Amino acid sequence: MDVWSSLMDGFATALTPLNFMYAVIGVILGTAVGVLPGLGPAMTVALLLPVTYALEPTSAFIMFAGIYYGGMYGGSTTSILLNTPGESSSVVTAIEGNKMAKAGRAAQALATAAIGSFVAGTIGTALLAVCAPIVVKFAVSLGAPSYFAIMILALLAVTAVLGSSRLRGFASLGLGLAIGLVGIDSVTGQRRLTFGQPLLADGLDIVVVAVAIFAVGEALWVAAHLRRTPLHAIPVGQPWMGKSDWKRSWKPWLRGTAFGFPFGALPAGGAEIPTFLSYVTEKRLSKHPEEFGKGAIEGVAGPEAANNAAAAGTLTPMLALGLPTNATAAVMLAAFTSYGIQPGPQLFSSQGPLVWALIASLFIGNFLLLIINLPLAPLWAKLLQLPRPYLYAGILFFATLGAYSVNLQAFDLMILLVLGALGFMMRRFGLPVLPLILGVILGPRIEGQLRKTLQLSAGDPAGLWSEPIAVVVYIIVAIILAWPFALKLIKRNRPGKKPLLPANSGAADYSD
Amino acid sequence: MSSLATSLKGRSELGVALLLGAAGVVVFLDANGLVTPYSKSDPVGPKTVPFIVAALLIVCAVMLAINVLRGGKGEAEGGEDVDLSHPADWKTVLPLAGAFVLNILLIDWAGWVISGTVLFWGSVLALGSRHYIRDGIISVALSLLTFYGFYLGLGIALPAGLLEGIL
Repeated sequence: MDVWSSLMDGFATALTPLNFMYAVIGVILGTAVGVLPGLGPAMTVALLLPVTYALEPTSAFIMFAGIYYGGMYGGSTTSILLNTPGESSSVVTAIEGNKMAKAGRAAQALATAAIGSFVAGTIGTALLAVCAPIVVKFAVSLGAPSYFAIMILALLAVTAVLGSSRLRGFASLGLGLAIGLVGIDSVTGQRRLTFGQPLLADGLDIVVVAVAIFAVGEALWVAAHLRRTPLHAIPVGQPWMGKSDWKRSWKPWLRGTAFGFPFGALPAGGAEIPTFLSYVTEKRLSKHPEEFGKGAIEGVAGPEAANNAAAAGTLTPMLALGLPTNATAAVMLAAFTSYGIQPGPQLFSSQGPLVWALIASLFIGNFLLLIINLPLAPLWAKLLQLPRPYLYAGILFFATLGAYSVNLQAFDLMILLVLGALGFMMRRFGLPVLPLILGVILGPRIEGQLRKTLQLSAGDPAGLWSEPIAVVVYIIVAIILAWPFALKLIKRNRPGKKPLLPANSGAADYSD
Repeated sequence: MSSLATSLKGRSELGVALLLGAAGVVVFLDANGLVTPYSKSDPVGPKTVPFIVAALLIVCAVMLAINVLRGGKGEAEGGEDVDLSHPADWKTVLPLAGAFVLNILLIDWAGWVISGTVLFWGSVLALGSRHYIRDGIISVALSLLTFYGFYLGLGIALPAGLLEGIL
């Protein structure tokens, strides 16, 4: 079957009334949590996992698709109206977006963000539909050594490239890998790190880990540093754009998309680098460079498009290789596994209808975001005024409910509290959260590939580099690891350059 | 002694290094305690990866300790509702954690409706709301709604506990 007809089948599945309803719920829920401080799409998907066990996997994933794009969109509303971005991917949007809002152009900022997200999301999803099958074709020829190498690359890239401190990234990764070890070893049946506790034999449920780190850790952390006087959100009416705004926006949208998708698809994915690149590019190319720093619309249009295109790009390795590169994709991968679906290149052949319905619902979700959110923007702005005690008490309440309903064990709630305390500590001392989550999810799979590889080579370590792809990947790994040392050498020879971003943003969080 | 005390002041991050090191040692000891004969079908065995993870944790612990003693500092995470200009407010966090623990202790015995009410009401109070009655009504409503919602909508029976037979 070719891409087109598979996609049409996907639309047929996704547009049944029931599935369409789940898409609408997903988009609204996703935007709401994206707008609300303290909540992100990764956490929402984690919280909803137990609830969706009662649904068909297809319906559940259609809803997740809506939450994923909705969350990305909602983040931009917060950063434009509040100037304190919750996700690092919207840090750049806040720079110009909030200046625009303060200058009375909030409606235009929100409009260019929404329409730019739609354009980028649609192109990005189309690229996903075209690229993913190609990656799959390439990926089915890969053996265990290559998979092992690629997963190592993904872990190292996320740990070493993102975040401000590599050392703290690796510390977080180590903790995640250790958590992933808990339970019965699948090959030998040995109990590892269970401390004689039978309830630990099945390992720690990924839902419990994700909810603990994202939700409980966040709620405790915010409670410790709650703003005494809440930030004032800039009121906004119906988003709209004038003719000159359109003229200044459409090129940044397309350029942002071109930055976003490839970066999202890379193992070190994430939206931080492309949004930043897009901002710098627009600043250079703009005919109104004097407006930058005072609310230039290009500085919102480009990064927002890059952000959404990166979100679409991230799904390419997730669906084609079973390789998540951001937190939401990681939790969605965990969802696949909990439905008994094996992610990886076989996914397209074994679960074709589900995957294509998911891709089709990404298109639908994108469209829904545009038509639902333009009129609802004033409502979302009101949501920002929700009293904080209710918001964070609610997060704890639903985190407890979600974690408890997986196994109906009070023991899971103790794990939730302990790992929540760990999440608190990580936020306090600047340990990034993403390496830990990826370590928990990818750790056991990496170990599986390692053992398969050496089983095939009868214990000869040379089996690890027995495939050409694996060798190439190891070279990339070596470059990533050596990069900061090379950078130091370059810096020593050249005096420091001025940073391109204003240093006011401060959010080092890339958990969403 | 006093020089040691001053050099330790404001270095609470050393606790993180300690935790990492302890985790590394635990992972190592646990893996070391596994008994497995060498098997041809599994040359890697269940010990190799834990050993690598333990090494990673211990190396990170040592390097973090050195980094902190040299004046390195992790950047505390910002956010919409986070104000880092005042120190951690334990008078909010501890009661909040208390409400959470109370829920764990109560959930199986008293049931979700009671323990969930305690959790939400306690959390809202800890976070600074002073509308006792309104908050109480919201708490009960939320717990009841989720109890019936999960039971009727999802087929998940949350524990009824003390209210068994009434609900």
